[in-house]
Amino acid sequence: MMKNRRHIKWGFLFFFLPVVLWLFLLIVLPHLELLRLSFTKANTGKFTLDNYLAFFNEPIYWLTFVRTAGYSIIVTFIVMVISLPVSFYISKIVKERISGALMILILVPFWVSELIRVYGWMILLRESGILNHFFVSIGLFKEPVEMLYNDITMIMGLVYTSMLFMVVPVIGVMDDLDNSLIEAAYDLGASKTAIWRTIIIPHCASGLVNGGIIVFMLVLGSYLTPNLMGGKNSLWFTEQIYNQIILYFNWNQGAAFGFLLLALSSLIIWVLLKLTKQNLKEVVK
Amino acid sequence: MDKALSVQNITKRFGDFTAVNQVSFDVEDGKFFSILGPSGCGKTTLLRMIAGFYKPDSGTILFNGKNMDGVAPNKRPVNLVFQNLALFPMMNVHENIAFGLRRRGEKGPGVDKKVRELLERVGLPESGKKQISQLSGGQKQRIAIARCLIMEPTVLLLDEPLGALDAKLREHMKVELKNLQSQVGTTFVYITHDQSEAMVMSDMVAVMNNGHFEQIGTPQELYHKPKSSFVAQFVGNNNKLRVKLHADSSGNTIARYADQYDFKLAQKLETANENEEYDLFIRPEAVIINPGDGRENFHILPVDVTSILFDGGNSRLLVQPLGTEEELVVALPQTREYDYIRSKDRIQIGWDMNKTVCFKRSDWKLYDEE
Repeated sequence: MMKNRRHIKWGFLFFFLPVVLWLFLLIVLPHLELLRLSFTKANTGKFTLDNYLAFFNEPIYWLTFVRTAGYSIIVTFIVMVISLPVSFYISKIVKERISGALMILILVPFWVSELIRVYGWMILLRESGILNHFFVSIGLFKEPVEMLYNDITMIMGLVYTSMLFMVVPVIGVMDDLDNSLIEAAYDLGASKTAIWRTIIIPHCASGLVNGGIIVFMLVLGSYLTPNLMGGKNSLWFTEQIYNQIILYFNWNQGAAFGFLLLALSSLIIWVLLKLTKQNLKEVVK
Repeated sequence: MDKALSVQNITKRFGDFTAVNQVSFDVEDGKFFSILGPSGCGKTTLLRMIAGFYKPDSGTILFNGKNMDGVAPNKRPVNLVFQNLALFPMMNVHENIAFGLRRRGEKGPGVDKKVRELLERVGLPESGKKQISQLSGGQKQRIAIARCLIMEPTVLLLDEPLGALDAKLREHMKVELKNLQSQVGTTFVYITHDQSEAMVMSDMVAVMNNGHFEQIGTPQELYHKPKSSFVAQFVGNNNKLRVKLHADSSGNTIARYADQYDFKLAQKLETANENEEYDLFIRPEAVIINPGDGRENFHILPVDVTSILFDGGNSRLLVQPLGTEEELVVALPQTREYDYIRSKDRIQIGWDMNKTVCFKRSDWKLYDEE
């Protein structure tokens, strides 16, 4: 009896310990160290609020910050808007066999790293790229146009790289939507837009918020896409952190920026949940 | 009487399969019309064409004389109560009922007043604020009907709405639905595979099989004067005797059962082919136990009692005609007159010739074993 109980305990520890170690060593400990760094002076190690004050005193920092937040919200919104009809089509309109194939088509690009996918866009869009070549050859453009390195291209790239994380949860909830609800609304005189507004979107709210949180965090914290496709004029806040830590070797300033970004993402998600009257527990489910 | 709904020669095919084949019928304003048929007979397809969800391959549908060809479901003066009710779980009861009015652009206190009136009519005056998940099965039922009635449709379609309820509640809802219909006076078109539901509630019943109507009539007509073998078997309980026909010297049609019993029929039927198989139908309650001798136009059959099924007013005897392996059902009136009958007794049963019907054997599948 005793032996048996000890057995169970060991088994439990065996699986539990790696989780605890992983959480503690890789997440809690580095964050504590970064938190300490963010409140200390670079060389002396004394307590200071300078790192945070620098953010508010230097417009380039907080402007980048606001820009990043604003664009992240826009990207999340665009992804939501696109994913709704896409999910509806995959989940409700096409036959089951085709919907599986379409799901795979959505998934396949994500087997390739983000870097490769972004380079793919660059090959298409750059001045000497395929699209320019095509448009010039059919006479639409007189000479090649630089389509990379602006905000619109960057947003498009961000939408593209984060699409999957919205489509998958939305298809999940869309599958649960009883078709007869749509028919009942139609039967009771609802137009197509009214059906979307009153039945489909409210039903998909949890999936949208779920996907919205993931997409928002991904976009806010993304580095590659804004850096490569946005060029020099489209600064992203993650680049500021990178610059502080890698270029200026100012870990303290970088840590402070990191925590500001964390605070920002938490705040916006909290507001999003409040606005949509969703419960984090429900959404995570 | 005006025709609220008129369906003319409507046909619908899915690939090679003809789901609804040349169906025509009229429903008079304010009537309760049922379409009765086994699962897979095409009744849901027919209903969905009337509602506008399917486009018929040919034929026309008219509401109050207006052709509905090419009119979308949200523009038709008809509403459908779905089999699973399809109440909107994201809205409360009040919002569910007001849904149709809001889509029509109605606003303000008028909507609230109508919703309240309708909630009272269906007997749930206090439940406007409730969520759909808080309602019981019977309450959901009533809300689903209220949600359609508020639109004041020309025709209300009901797609087996009682199917999901338990037996007791179903009995209760049958009566309630009938009363509700006569109160509001809306034309109801009700589809069901349950012949009891159709008979209790309807003014007219259409019996559907394999995509076409076998017979349209009042419940009494269907029960007493079935026009086909299918109707005789599907509507109400019936005993089926496998017989072969021949004519006697005076030209009467004689049905021979089990190669030994001859029954003279009231109908005159084609007797040229003596090997052709016919079915003779007798209702259990038309059978008289130990009828005695000396009755005119009467069929007598000696049987063994296999078992007595006591069920109050619905008690029955199971009997086996001598010389056969078949089993017949006989109504056993609880007048204490037949208390002497015991299992394994040999008795005589008989019935009036005019209470039988005889049809050529037709093969069809009865899917109705849900």
